[in-house]
Amino acid sequence: MPLNFTLALRNLFHDRLRFVATMVGIVFSVVLVLVQMGLYLGFGRVVSTMIDHASADLWIVRQGTKCFEDPSLLDAHVRDDVLATAGVASAVPVVIGFSDWRLPSGEMTPVFVVGTDLNANGLHPWNVTAGSIKALANDKAVAVDQTYFKRLGVSGIGSTADLRGRPVRVSAVTDGIRSFTTTPYVFADLKRARDYTGVPSNKLSYLLVKLKPGADVAQVQRALHSAIPSTEALTRAAFRDRSRNFWLFGTGAGAALFAGALLGLIVGTVIVAQTLYSSTKDHIDEFATLRALGSSNAYIYRVIIYQALLSAAIGFCFAAVIGFIVVEVTTKGALPVVITPALIAAIFGLTVAMCIASAFAAILRVLRIDPVMVFTR
Amino acid sequence: MSRNLYAMAQPVLEAKGLTQVLGSGAAKVRALKDVNFTLRAGELALLMGPSGSGKTTLLSVLGCMLTPTVGAVSVCGKSTAGADAEELARLRREHVGFIFQSYHLFSTLTALENVQLALDVRGRRGNDAESRARHALVRVGLAEKFAATPRELSGGEQQRVAIARAIVSDPSAVLADEPTAALDGENGQSVMTILSTLAKEAKRGVLVVGHDPRLMPFADRIISIADGRLVDERSGTGPPRLRAAGGS
Repeated sequence: MPLNFTLALRNLFHDRLRFVATMVGIVFSVVLVLVQMGLYLGFGRVVSTMIDHASADLWIVRQGTKCFEDPSLLDAHVRDDVLATAGVASAVPVVIGFSDWRLPSGEMTPVFVVGTDLNANGLHPWNVTAGSIKALANDKAVAVDQTYFKRLGVSGIGSTADLRGRPVRVSAVTDGIRSFTTTPYVFADLKRARDYTGVPSNKLSYLLVKLKPGADVAQVQRALHSAIPSTEALTRAAFRDRSRNFWLFGTGAGAALFAGALLGLIVGTVIVAQTLYSSTKDHIDEFATLRALGSSNAYIYRVIIYQALLSAAIGFCFAAVIGFIVVEVTTKGALPVVITPALIAAIFGLTVAMCIASAFAAILRVLRIDPVMVFTR
Repeated sequence: MSRNLYAMAQPVLEAKGLTQVLGSGAAKVRALKDVNFTLRAGELALLMGPSGSGKTTLLSVLGCMLTPTVGAVSVCGKSTAGADAEELARLRREHVGFIFQSYHLFSTLTALENVQLALDVRGRRGNDAESRARHALVRVGLAEKFAATPRELSGGEQQRVAIARAIVSDPSAVLADEPTAALDGENGQSVMTILSTLAKEAKRGVLVVGHDPRLMPFADRIISIADGRLVDERSGTGPPRLRAAGGS
């Protein structure tokens, strides 16, 4: 191990107060960036949760549809045109819309209804913990998520309420189907979903298309577009991206998250730069001695860079632990913080870059060292 | 006889017609004025003069830390003319060892690491470097202090670590700036004894800057400087080094 690394390590721990200040700066900054980016990823996942859980090769949507929650409707006869297109195996209608849920207490709360053909493989509730999807075929049956029990005034299977003036009964319970809008999702059979949302029988929200084995997706998309110009045939990935872009960038939410992360980076850079600079100033005699002994400037820069890298590595470890605690705490929340290995790697890289950038001020200070000063101190 | 041998020995540092101007504008000072000086291999030269006489400036120029305003310096035959800061650093690395009045040891490193550092800046690492550093410390009588940090060493011991650091890379010239100024008489004698022993070794010149008359017995040659000019040069009163080394 080169001695300038040892020197960097010892200098770093020599002044414990400054070391703590550096760590606080890095940890604050990295946790902020980690949480902001984790929220970004979590938000991205939550806004596309319905799209991700639907069984579809293509989504037929109204031209210009921005996201899953978009209220645009398709004419029901479009389904016939879709089914007539070469390569299409099935087209399952989905109806969505906001509705009013009346609690037994008489209080009202908005809900988001998702209705699909229970006999087809479309968009069914998942993570069912009580009751069953089949039970949704029963009269008045709906599925709700257990996280919203209190909000909906229900306690489980068999609980009753009114949905748009129609009596409903909880027949299936799910776990973890959360809405980022905080409006609870309610699953129902397609026909009753029309009643709950007011979508007429000659309209529908989406068609979930399954292709025949071997069908070329792009070719089917082109055929659908020319057969039904008022619609778009989006792959799952395309619809997911469109939904995420709308909610994250169309609303400014994503920009706010990035701005928060940028702020974290700036604060972190300033704090680390300040502490590195003051450490360098305190050890300026030692750097001048190194220079007098004949060390190259690069050798001295490496001392500072090693200090920056060590700070980055140690600070990042603390921040990562805090980040994983935040993930654990928010995992059941409406907007979970999601940390992926790629995010961890990216933020570690960012932390290293931040610390190295912070070293520039200290390096500029060292550049001005005159070795002659060793004779006067 | 010994004077003749000094004259014949290879010059390790040579300065011709040195003039050094420091500062600018109204604060401009001519710190050195037409200085000619040669340090030869195998001699311990003592540069004496009052404060502000230009001793440290001359040491800085000879040690390749400053380039002269006028005149030429060569180190082991290599001129410093036109050298930039990195090239001067390279000359220092290759040919010069320094000993400072206030030691300038690294407080967070052990004695052994402090000595090894002089090799590390030269890109010499590993077992060989450690072994050389240990040997240098043994030579200055610090065999038991490898793991001690500067805080755990006396002033005399710290200066001996600094001497070990100066000689570990086997430089042709060792420049010492008032190496005994911060030491008591006994430690000062001990340090000067080590330096005079180092000077005995062939191909190494030692230049000591100071104003303590107790240094004089260790010098082969005593040069006086006043107001930036070398004003006197005489033989030292100490035993001739080259004769002791078998030169005559």
